[in-house]
Amino acid sequence: MNPSFRTRVVSTLAAVLATTALAPLAAAESLVVYSARNEQLIKPVFDAYTRETGVEVKFTTGDAAVLIERLAAEGRNSPADLLLTVDAGELWNAAQRGLLQPVKSATLARKVPAHLRDPEGRWYGLSMRARTIFYSPQRVDARTLSTYEALAQPAWKGRLCLRTSKKVYNQSLVAMMISRDGEAKTEQVVRGWVSNLATEVFANDTALLEAIAAGQCDVGIANTYYFGRILKERADFPVQPFWANQASGGVHVNISGAGVTRHSRRAAAATRFLEWLSGPAAQAHFAAVNMEFPVNPAAAVDPVVKSWGSFEPSLINVAEAGRLQPAAVRLMDRAGYR
Amino acid sequence: MTSVARRRWAAGALALLAIPALLPLVSAVAAWAVPATEVWAHQLRHVLPRVTVNTALLLVLVGTATALLGTALAWLVAAHEFPFRRVFAWALLLPLAVPAYVLAVVFAGALDYAGPLQVWLREAIHPGLRLPPIRSLGGAALVLTLSLYPYVYLLARVAFESAGSRPLEVAQSLGLDRGAALRRVLLPLARPAVAAGVALVCMETLADFGVVAALNVDTFTTAIYRAWYGMFSVTAALQMAALLGLAAILGVWVERRARGTRGYAGQRPGGELPRRPLRGREAAAAIAFAGGVLAVAFVLPTAQLVAWAWQHAATDLDSRYWAFAGRSVALAASGALVVVAAALVHGYALRGEPRAWVVGLGRVATAGYAIPGTVLAVGLFAPVAGLNNWLQYRLDATLGAGAPQLFLQGTLLAMLVAYLARFLAVGAGPVESGLERIHRHLDEAAALLGQRGIARLRRVHLPLLRGSLFAAAILVFVDLMKELPITLMTRPFGFETLAVRVFEMAAEGEWQRAALPAVLIVAVGMVPVVLLARRATHVA
Repeated sequence: MNPSFRTRVVSTLAAVLATTALAPLAAAESLVVYSARNEQLIKPVFDAYTRETGVEVKFTTGDAAVLIERLAAEGRNSPADLLLTVDAGELWNAAQRGLLQPVKSATLARKVPAHLRDPEGRWYGLSMRARTIFYSPQRVDARTLSTYEALAQPAWKGRLCLRTSKKVYNQSLVAMMISRDGEAKTEQVVRGWVSNLATEVFANDTALLEAIAAGQCDVGIANTYYFGRILKERADFPVQPFWANQASGGVHVNISGAGVTRHSRRAAAATRFLEWLSGPAAQAHFAAVNMEFPVNPAAAVDPVVKSWGSFEPSLINVAEAGRLQPAAVRLMDRAGYR
Repeated sequence: MTSVARRRWAAGALALLAIPALLPLVSAVAAWAVPATEVWAHQLRHVLPRVTVNTALLLVLVGTATALLGTALAWLVAAHEFPFRRVFAWALLLPLAVPAYVLAVVFAGALDYAGPLQVWLREAIHPGLRLPPIRSLGGAALVLTLSLYPYVYLLARVAFESAGSRPLEVAQSLGLDRGAALRRVLLPLARPAVAAGVALVCMETLADFGVVAALNVDTFTTAIYRAWYGMFSVTAALQMAALLGLAAILGVWVERRARGTRGYAGQRPGGELPRRPLRGREAAAAIAFAGGVLAVAFVLPTAQLVAWAWQHAATDLDSRYWAFAGRSVALAASGALVVVAAALVHGYALRGEPRAWVVGLGRVATAGYAIPGTVLAVGLFAPVAGLNNWLQYRLDATLGAGAPQLFLQGTLLAMLVAYLARFLAVGAGPVESGLERIHRHLDEAAALLGQRGIARLRRVHLPLLRGSLFAAAILVFVDLMKELPITLMTRPFGFETLAVRVFEMAAEGEWQRAALPAVLIVAVGMVPVVLLARRATHVA
């Protein structure tokens, strides 16, 4: 190594390492969000808020479980004001660990339905995600469909497709079934599902819907927005949604939601932001950007979503999805649902 | 340096290097102090038996397949002459540039029942025709092998080429034919390199989450995530990660013991390894073999990615991508520099080290590679954030309300330390096997000529190690281009890289949109592979 090379190496290293360790968060008019909702589905909403109010929204993205560990490790020095996730279970977990603070707001109480927010006000749903039954209209008569539980019946042997039980969407679905039907009955249902599987479980909902279209199976369970995305590209996609459990508890819904962090230094500003997120402008955006359902009933849904008709959602508080999630995971392990 | 000073230096250096990997390992081992009894009772009964078998099977399959494929390709390229050999020499490294989880998604999309190939088979040939399921243990082993064989290939090729012509000549003068000479002389000489490569492959397989998740295989790693994400028990997750780290340390230790105290140092190479010219059918077979591997592992998957990326380039590709790519390259380059420099120190400190505990420290320093990235990131983040909070407390106490806010955990420094914890193994493997091939006599000769310490390193060892160092730099660079969990957790606000873009798109299943940043990772990762691969070939 000649000296000039060494100098270069040392100076490069120094340049890389000499990044300031001081938090760049002094500005009064800014908020920091830890978001498990990914960038392209949330930044447009943040930008709209900045345009309207001048408040800058800084954010970082990641898996909710990781962001929660991060909040816990940072403690009172955390720069975060809000935690935003795409699943109620994670918010329940964060609240349980004391990482969120209760927020009292008449606006939020009015705009967010009671079953889509924490009874103690530590988190609020911002958009609703429906997980329901999908089927091939060529091979399935819709009149033979009724509930998630009925998919465990022998009539569906070799005809059912499921996504992996590793995905939180299925964990919360089963958690809500436990809440409604009890653990013993739910385990029987899940065992029935497993014995009806047409093929190994899928890694994502899109692949599952494609498998129904290709004829690998006839029915499956998926979130509606994945279906909506496919329809935007292929209007003739040969799969139909069926609103499950309309006479027995309603369609399973989960939320994308947020709460103010325990150690936020700008809790009032963070609450104002939450209120704005539940308002018409932000709600319309949530509905449009990913074809989800606004929590605020006054906001309009996407025309494609509207064409599927209206449905009765489950009215059990989504916090149950978090409380019963560990039990649901263990149940699925026992039942061999992988 | 006196021998006492040298021994102190070695122990000190290794202790320092082991700290980044030790922090998460200590967090993990400490997690055992808090019992997660309920979760464990469940895991032992319903989860661990199955995932342990799967993990072991996957390790054996991928380890064996990469050893065979990597060594065969290295021997083909290093010891034969055939058309396009020079192109294959570097092109066979290209699969390294493709993130394994991306390869898995492409394979799953292309080969599943609803994918284009099977649809075509059913329509054109027979409606009942099925391929073996890609979403299976076999599928995961296939993808991991295609993705990871370059580790073995690169290190074995450097070893073959740096062995030079002398061993082969000696073997042949003793009446061995070329095949027997390979088996009995050259392969044993290349063993440290092949073992180093396979060790990296096995550690990466142990830590892999992306491939097994995409192809739906339950392994120890998926069980860790299930305990954490599904059952909210980060304690159980850390406990299981500690077991993985221990398994890795044990594995490396067993391999070392099996290798024993045999020396692998060559004499000065007489000349380049002579290449046997292949003609006619032999040459065609060589091209078909190397070309076939390259097509399946790189060309076809990349073509699919490009096709997907093209569909979304019009809406997604904007000027921000310059910044994403720039940050990716800057991070990967500075990370590679830090890791390779650390690997050099690591290799020297371990060289001829007799004390078992010091050697053990050296092995611990590289165990981070076997721990799933997210777990390692969290395990390292907690102590860094703790340090930050303590410093903040002191600062507040001294300066009062006017004290500046510290944010150590979200800086590039924290990121580089975490990279070191995770990727030291990748740099250390090639460097250590390179150092083993340098004979002690050379050190003594250098000493007689008055060259010691840094001077000896610069004037004697570095020229001999150049190939290994470039190999280490390539491997670490492309690994860092693909790295996600650490970058995701420790990046400063708004600091997006190409890998972070892939995460953003893939998080909600928009894989076709993820193809654009993935293609750019491949394209940028190819540059050093092409540039450095030639340098890694020619060893003084």
